[in-house]
Amino acid sequence: MSVFIIITLIILVFIIIYQIGKASEHSAVLRGGEKVKAQTNNIMAVLLLVVFALGMWGIWFCHSIFVDRMLPVAACRTGVNYDNMFYYTIVVTGIVFFATQAVLFWFCYKYRASENRPSFFFAHSNKLELIWTTIPAIAMAILVAIGLRNWYDVTAPAPADATIVEVVGKQFNWIVRYPGKDNELGKRDFRSINDATNILGMDWTDPHNMDDIISQSGELHVVVNKPVKLLICSRDVIHDVGLPHFRMKMDAVPGITTTLCFTPTITTDSMKLITKNPDFVYEIACDQLCGKGHYAMRGTVVVQSQADYDKWLASQQSYYAMNHSAPADAKPAATTEAPKADTVKAVTKN
Amino acid sequence: MSNEHIIIQGSNVSHAAESAGHHDDHGHDHHEQHFIWKYIFCQDHKVIGKQFLITGIIWAMIGALMSVFFRLQLGFPDSTFPIMEKVLGEWAKGGKLSPEFYYALVTMHGTILVFFVLTAGLSGTFANILIPLQIGARDMASPFMNMLSYWFFFLASILMFVSLFVETGPASGGWTTYPPLSALKEASLGSGVGMDLWLLSMATFVVSSLLGGLNYISTVLNMRTKGMTMTRLPLTIWALFFTAVLGVLSFPVLFSGFVLLIFDRNFGTSFYLSEIFIGGKALPHIGGSAILYQHLFWFLGHPEVYIIMLPGMGMASEVLSNHSRKPIFGYFAMIISLVGITLLAFLVWAHHMFVTGMSPFLGSIFVLLTLLIAVPSAVKVFNWITTIWRGNIRFNPPMLFALGFVSLFISGGLTGIFLGNSALDIHLHDTYFVVAHFHIVMGVSAFFGMFAGIYHWFPKMYGRFLNNTLAYIHFFITFIGAYLIFWPMHYEGIAGMPRRYYDYSAWESFKHFQGVNAFISIVATVVFFAQLLFVFNFFMSIFRGRKVTEKNPWGSPTLEWTTEINPGHGNWVGEIPTVYRWAYDYKDDGHGNDFIPQTRPLAPGEEEH
Repeated sequence: MSVFIIITLIILVFIIIYQIGKASEHSAVLRGGEKVKAQTNNIMAVLLLVVFALGMWGIWFCHSIFVDRMLPVAACRTGVNYDNMFYYTIVVTGIVFFATQAVLFWFCYKYRASENRPSFFFAHSNKLELIWTTIPAIAMAILVAIGLRNWYDVTAPAPADATIVEVVGKQFNWIVRYPGKDNELGKRDFRSINDATNILGMDWTDPHNMDDIISQSGELHVVVNKPVKLLICSRDVIHDVGLPHFRMKMDAVPGITTTLCFTPTITTDSMKLITKNPDFVYEIACDQLCGKGHYAMRGTVVVQSQADYDKWLASQQSYYAMNHSAPADAKPAATTEAPKADTVKAVTKN
Repeated sequence: MSNEHIIIQGSNVSHAAESAGHHDDHGHDHHEQHFIWKYIFCQDHKVIGKQFLITGIIWAMIGALMSVFFRLQLGFPDSTFPIMEKVLGEWAKGGKLSPEFYYALVTMHGTILVFFVLTAGLSGTFANILIPLQIGARDMASPFMNMLSYWFFFLASILMFVSLFVETGPASGGWTTYPPLSALKEASLGSGVGMDLWLLSMATFVVSSLLGGLNYISTVLNMRTKGMTMTRLPLTIWALFFTAVLGVLSFPVLFSGFVLLIFDRNFGTSFYLSEIFIGGKALPHIGGSAILYQHLFWFLGHPEVYIIMLPGMGMASEVLSNHSRKPIFGYFAMIISLVGITLLAFLVWAHHMFVTGMSPFLGSIFVLLTLLIAVPSAVKVFNWITTIWRGNIRFNPPMLFALGFVSLFISGGLTGIFLGNSALDIHLHDTYFVVAHFHIVMGVSAFFGMFAGIYHWFPKMYGRFLNNTLAYIHFFITFIGAYLIFWPMHYEGIAGMPRRYYDYSAWESFKHFQGVNAFISIVATVVFFAQLLFVFNFFMSIFRGRKVTEKNPWGSPTLEWTTEINPGHGNWVGEIPTVYRWAYDYKDDGHGNDFIPQTRPLAPGEEEH
């Protein structure tokens, strides 16, 4: 009922505005159509100029609000390059933006209809076309050059000493696996997966699997200033490892292993000081729509010193040991299974 | 080249030429058509165009209402809106959207606006209304196929509409419907019956689009009136022609992608599926590639962006020139840039896939080709600006929208330079930066092109004007609102805030954007009501608008204004006019007019453009 009342009200208001509009058009005709038309035209020209001025103020105002809410300094070398390149691109596009918008709105005002000044018949000029084909082409060439240099830098093969970590997405959390003492990840097969004791389908006949560790908290721990190579997979649908603080992103696709390599340069603790936020965490955001819990598919990265990292790694039990020392008790696996569900408001219960 | 005899050869249209012939002999005394044949199963291109437009408007309202609902959830995650429960029922129990339905709304909003409104509703409307009228033809090459094109679209609409009411909800995997999410019923509620209906609807939609597109191409190439060479065509026709070319060449690829997805969903194939463990069991599929679908999808998906943009570009060119009383600047440069955009549109699809793990080398090729598109786009912008330079600008509603189109196209186009560069995309991909970019450039900007077209050609369609006061209110709220909504989103995106999230409050990195999200939602709601005002103006003016009293109210040189105020089927009473000059002769004709119609022969000693 109330929906109908609201709809009726809206239509009523519209009819009133329409009738006012119609009446004003009729009265315009009575008062001498051409004169009123010219008046309206001038009003519109001024209004456009006002909108432009307000817009410029709005851009400045918007920027002043957001400038403190942006991401903190990039936490890896390629990320710093990223920010520089972003800055160059902002400068180039910013100049074009302000110049073209200003000219557009200024022309609107300057060349508003006037009886004394006929329009200027000016249909083409090859010289002008040449100028504004060449200049954007050169600007684009420069941006492409900077872009490709950074692109090949970001996607370069990982250095040989990089720590290898496997990150597997599933609806709706991340599973992080470390290769353990032998420094080699064991084989796994999706047909061996069971959610109680083998969430990654690790092949227990492969000796490399015996010491592999699955992070119990679901956190990804990495050492500061040491390259890390992520092997990214998915168990079900496409997910995406989004690392905003490292300016990186890579899809997790079932059946395909993708990689991402970066060298974190700022520990989580230092970042807490930089951002003056004691709750700061590096977050992994799933960036590919993966189902109803997509928005809650949150992982965390802990960047720490070598000593802290070693201490943490020593505290972790191998996944095999966890699930085979006490075969009757499947609970530890269950806790590994959904470590993040609590951070989200009543979402992921099936 | 006269098309009179061509029309008579087609059995379906013979009555068009006949009725025109009748006019010659007996005036208006031919028998009245039945309502069904005149307004429903009609083969008159003008009626079909109106059918596309009105269906598009209805879909646009549904799609926009959906965005208001999910924006309310996003802006006010802790509040409840009882009105939502009234409209959406179970899906918004207690006045709060469920996450599944939030995603379903996002998906439907995208699908509806991209395909049903900005493809069918935009090029369907204006290709139909403008092509025959502006090239001087009595109707399309095949009016019957043209009618089928609408009815396939109608069928697609019905299927999509029905999918909103199935128990598991409509498709909810995003408008791109990437498998495996969209392929597996276990993966999400929306991947059930809703997804099947979505695929059927879209397949039907592709049929509609191809029937229309083939028709537009053959009409432009074969049915131009005597003297209407390709280089005398208005830019609207060039733009609609390339739109149709893009659609005809890329929609079949999308269709194949959908067919494979239908097979994967229902017949146990593994085109897109490999090594999946879901719903507590391992699936038998091995060897497929989920990325294959993305290649097939984006091979249409990117040209689709230009299918949406080009009609707006063409109409803005026409409107800017007409209401500045000045020829379009760089007519040939405008055509060449359209050709450039059309060619490049097919070569850039993988820039949507930079972070799928594709080879970095392949990525770099797509970076180069993508940024190349900025060049023809820049040429167009500079030409538009030069067109209004030293003009005599009349700020009629279509002109305001055309100017808004240019402003938004600049803003949205420039952010594309960030996203097309893979090294920058790697952070911005799938964040609100992308949302802001494509909404400004192919959402609002394309809509502004469409509004410019509607306000400009409404007098031709209905013989009446839209109400100007409402039009001005509509323009300013929409223009300012669009920037207020989408400008702040860039900042959210730069901060890495992912798109398609139901709630950000658990995220340390993004939760401080809550206030901005609420602000955006409020503005979006206001802008939604401004659109309702337009819709109201549209339907009210069909019946109550100020009547058009002269044939050529805008003083335009093009052919559509040489017809009667309310042209019948066949368009011209008597002979189709012959064309002698290009479409932009805005100069003194020696009789106090500031334009010379295309139908006037060149004066002695006058050089053609």
